[in-house]
Amino acid sequence: MKGSGQEDTHRAIERVARESYGRLVAYLASHTRDVGNAEDALSNALVAALTAWPRNGVPQNPEAWLLTAARRSFIDLVRHRQVAAASEPTLQLLREEREVSSSAEFPDERLKLLFVCAHPAIDPAMHTPLMLQTVLGLDAACIAHAFLISPATMGQRLVRAKTKIRDGGIRFEIPQERELAQRLDAVLEAIYAAFGIGWDDMAGVDQRGRDLAEEAIWLARVLLQLMPKEAEAHGLLALMLHCEARRAARRGLDGRFVPLSEQDCQEWSRPLIEEAEHHLVEASKQRRAGRFQLEAAIQSVHAERARSGGIQWNAIMMFYEQLIRISPTLGTRTGYAAAVGEANGPEAGLAVLDGIARDDVSTYQPYWAVRAHLLQRLGKTPEALDAFDRAIGLTEDPAVRQFLLQRRGH
Amino acid sequence: MQFALLIYESPEAFAARKSDGTDPYTGAWRSYYKALVEAGIYVGGDPLEVPETATTVRLKEGKRRVQDGPFADTKEQLGGFTILELPSLDAALDWAARCPAASLAAVEVRPLAPAAKLRITG
Repeated sequence: MKGSGQEDTHRAIERVARESYGRLVAYLASHTRDVGNAEDALSNALVAALTAWPRNGVPQNPEAWLLTAARRSFIDLVRHRQVAAASEPTLQLLREEREVSSSAEFPDERLKLLFVCAHPAIDPAMHTPLMLQTVLGLDAACIAHAFLISPATMGQRLVRAKTKIRDGGIRFEIPQERELAQRLDAVLEAIYAAFGIGWDDMAGVDQRGRDLAEEAIWLARVLLQLMPKEAEAHGLLALMLHCEARRAARRGLDGRFVPLSEQDCQEWSRPLIEEAEHHLVEASKQRRAGRFQLEAAIQSVHAERARSGGIQWNAIMMFYEQLIRISPTLGTRTGYAAAVGEANGPEAGLAVLDGIARDDVSTYQPYWAVRAHLLQRLGKTPEALDAFDRAIGLTEDPAVRQFLLQRRGH
Repeated sequence: MQFALLIYESPEAFAARKSDGTDPYTGAWRSYYKALVEAGIYVGGDPLEVPETATTVRLKEGKRRVQDGPFADTKEQLGGFTILELPSLDAALDWAARCPAASLAAVEVRPLAPAAKLRITG
């Protein structure tokens, strides 16, 4: 029986680690601005828990126990590493602070940590990796794989970003009202960048895809806990939940790729769709439209097919028109072209695509996938074959590549 | 700067060399090549004959040692190379991920070394 008791303890540690990691790092870092040492201190505390808890039992307040251990470790680390002398007052503060006995007694500073991770002074490419590491505790190697960067390089970039936070005067605070909207955009964008596929109809796969969907949804939930009235945070979560609801339907039994319009709605997850719709309703109560709400609304129209059997392309087209006004990205314009192609015919769709500069699309796979699809519908074979080649050549996913090769024919 | 993509292939991929060119692997390569050329980054490259055709030569203490087969005895073997002109390693890694060989075996990305070349060629 001892074995299973130990297993329970390990599970308890895992659970506390997962749920409290970001809270504890945020708390330690917000006092010290030293994210790197805060993470190391928490790692040490978790290792200590692995020895102490099986022996003495899981403490009444595991989070408070970890915080105390992490705080001691932090002091040792800073002293040992002799970081800037300026940190001495902070250390004093940490030492003098009374020990907390429950998690309710220390404030949740994760929102500040999220804003720090997506601070304009930090390289935008590092916003998402920083969040994944500091709030969720993902290791550099795992993040590196998702971002197609070597683990050593990712490790260095993360360290550099954390040094900048510590020494660059980046403050742990919620931005002022006048810059809040812009700063929040960066946080939402970084969370979305961790998510899997942006959209994948007609095998135009928008490769923002990092396939850390579960992590991205977790981060969005954290953000919503902290900003429950933020319309775009609801919009972002709704968007991701709608896409996540279709995960199983995106692949056939044999692993082949199934585009959105051909997916079996029965395989979509009802609970996730309902949750997504709930967040869209919450967002609309705030009466502040935004990019993520519009993208979620488009996915919501697709989800409607489960009930009505058809796709309201006119509605999708309209949402894209609004979206282009706010965010005229390559992805938005390509998605609009696809919707126009369905609503008003392939020639109209192609006209939209022709309005996008060719230089911008040389490595943008969805553009070529949509173009190939529209040209094929018009029967323009040589041009369609060329567009298929571009789309296939730019595809990372073997299943999508296979699908496009089949559509292309010879 | 220029990067070499060293294409490592599995025995199954090498087997596709025997086909008439209508197999999906060769089709994927045809599209990939077109995408490289159209993106304006293709410098050059070639496939290599299958590893069974390789012969490896060493001189040990002045004596010729000839080994039948490739230099490294591994399941996945060098099957070709592509040289690309790209602004950064990140861009090279993106193109390596799109290479049809990446999901079957591996693609090694190496920057070319123009300084070393200059020391040799003068």
